[in-house]
Amino acid sequence: MRAGREAERRWRGATIVLVALLVACGGGAPSTTDGPPGAARSSSRSPLRWGGDAEGGAPFVEADPQHPDSMRGFDVEIAGLLARGLGREPRFMQVAYASIAPSVERGDFDVGLSGVEDRPELRARHALSLPYYEFREVLAVRPGDTARYRSLDDLTGRRVGTLGATLAYELLLDAQQRAGVVPVSYDDDVHPYSDLTAGRLDAVLLDHVIAERSLRRIGGFVIQPHVVATGHYVAVFARADSALRDSADVILRESMRDGTLEGIFRRWNVWDTSQASLAQRVLSQPAPSWATGEDATGGVARYLPALLKAALITLVLSVLAMASAVALGALVAAGRVYGPAPLRVLLTVYVEVMRGTPVLLQLFVIYYGLSGVVRLPAFLAAVIGLGLNYAAYESEIYRSALLAISRSQLEAAHTLGLSEWQILRLVRGPQALRLALAPMTNDFVALLKDSSLVSVITVVELTKQTAIYATNIGSWAVPGMICAALYLVLSLPLSRLAGVLEAKWSQA
Amino acid sequence: MEPGVNTVLHMRAVHAERGKQQVLSGMDLDVQAGEVCALMGVSGAGKSTALRAIAALQPFSRGSITVGACALRPGPVPAESRLRALRSQVGMVFQAHALFEHLTALENVMLSPVHVLGWPRARAESVARELLDSLGVASRADALPRQLSGGEAQRVAIARALALDPPLLLLDEPTSALDPARRSALGDTVRSLARSGRALLLATHDVEFAEAHVDRVAVLSRGMVVEQGPATDVLRSPRHAATRALLTAPVSE
Repeated sequence: MRAGREAERRWRGATIVLVALLVACGGGAPSTTDGPPGAARSSSRSPLRWGGDAEGGAPFVEADPQHPDSMRGFDVEIAGLLARGLGREPRFMQVAYASIAPSVERGDFDVGLSGVEDRPELRARHALSLPYYEFREVLAVRPGDTARYRSLDDLTGRRVGTLGATLAYELLLDAQQRAGVVPVSYDDDVHPYSDLTAGRLDAVLLDHVIAERSLRRIGGFVIQPHVVATGHYVAVFARADSALRDSADVILRESMRDGTLEGIFRRWNVWDTSQASLAQRVLSQPAPSWATGEDATGGVARYLPALLKAALITLVLSVLAMASAVALGALVAAGRVYGPAPLRVLLTVYVEVMRGTPVLLQLFVIYYGLSGVVRLPAFLAAVIGLGLNYAAYESEIYRSALLAISRSQLEAAHTLGLSEWQILRLVRGPQALRLALAPMTNDFVALLKDSSLVSVITVVELTKQTAIYATNIGSWAVPGMICAALYLVLSLPLSRLAGVLEAKWSQA
Repeated sequence: MEPGVNTVLHMRAVHAERGKQQVLSGMDLDVQAGEVCALMGVSGAGKSTALRAIAALQPFSRGSITVGACALRPGPVPAESRLRALRSQVGMVFQAHALFEHLTALENVMLSPVHVLGWPRARAESVARELLDSLGVASRADALPRQLSGGEAQRVAIARALALDPPLLLLDEPTSALDPARRSALGDTVRSLARSGRALLLATHDVEFAEAHVDRVAVLSRGMVVEQGPATDVLRSPRHAATRALLTAPVSE
């Protein structure tokens, strides 16, 4: 809070300077990318740190293919425009799309600009600029489906992909209630379209800017003319930074009036008539009207059912993945202890590869990499991916547990006439299981948490649902606490069980 | 010499190695039914190796071992499925007992009757209880191995080794963890087992125990039996240097 007030004081000063500058140079000139380094008039000021997600790519923000160190895109130019207007140097900071609002609020940078959508929940928590661009949510479908799927209501029982935590995702959730559409959430905006052409999805709902870009790059689908909804891109500032926001609004209005903004959008081929009418509407209204946000309350009640459902998905996913991991891990361990040399080598390679590479990569390979060979449903791919990965860890637990059973126990079993299989089943296995149970339980708790990684292959589990919630309202505080509580509810009984078993069997 | 009708264990010219080291180099030994025989020798003389070879827990390279009607051949230890006959001929009591830690005393004894002989549990249980009773540990039937004293654990291990009713019982260093009173009790136990017609072979270097409780002593030195005969004769008037070394060596290991 204190830091916030200090920032506010700082920015009040900045506004005064800004207004003076605006009078002096009439809103500033457009710039291509980051402003020229060491411009004389801005050398004395701190840089304008702006956050964006370069993974979002052109035309918003992307690394310049010629100069990968610098950024380009219309959001980059708008950042330049704002910086110039403020008499400061723009400095880009990479941030994940879902973290833009929380990051700006905690002071990582001064302004977030990366196709940030104007939403009431965001307005309630942060200072948002006036809308500088109007986008349309449009449906992309395969060429053969243009007649069938014209709007969301035509897509009952169909899988429709979009970027999670966006206006489009909210629209899909509404359509799920209304028309039985199946929403599929992605972490990036490239895979929805490739999955559409591959037949994994029946439609994609996203901003027309993204849809048109993907059409140029990937192709193989058609953008339907029907406009599902419209929304606006805004710049996001910390709530305490409303003074900076006000200055930015002045600059944006001025650039709308003098055509600078139009020039930027035209350069990036995203100008259209709705931008002209947006500018008209903005300029016809008195300045403060965009500044006030509705106070969104009751967010918890609205999101809790979705979080509980996501927690259930996390639990079911973890239980199924762990069951596969236990079964497969036991086989791998048995193969490594009892098998012939070639099998042992093969299984050792499997274990080392699974443990030595990121599970995230494994999930990508199973879901996207193998899609040419076998097109697994996302949930199944998640179970298989986590199951295969954890099987490697489980097998190591079982193997060392089997090896920990002393030779004399096995020899005693031999002298009693038990067969090799009976010895494993009656003597070695049960004793090894006692040694393995506590580490297994710990692994299950770890799996419960690792299951959050499967959101990269469109499974919306507890962490992803929390991120959606947090992005929508622009804060992690409440969603984070609820999410943590749900994970603890799932994992604490298991941790306790592990503790009890450990205590019970370590007395032996 | 051909084995007589009462000969339970018959070993001839047995050679065995541990790694590159020659441990047995032409060992001959016979043990008769109803006899308690002590295989003696200093540490490293090959006592344990001999017992393990008889129980088919380790291979021998030359010679022959016959237990009852069962002949073991030199070379790698056969698969367990081909050792069924031998397993019902030889019982073994390990030095550290090697009771199955996750099973009660009773379950330890019941394991082979149920899973090897395929007896119904009720029958296996009544036989196991009788065995535990005959060894004086019936009251400990439901205890886990970690709850048993050293002497109790040994008697449960003997009961377990007797569950398949083998004519030959091997005991590896049975007195190593016992106080004098328990040694005497163990002596009574092996004596009564021999009276019931079983052959007992004990690997031990406990001279006092051998003198008091066994019929015959065979002294092993460098992998061969160098001297054997009635316990009192061999131990009171030793003829071989190895036997004399045994008598002057410190008792405890």
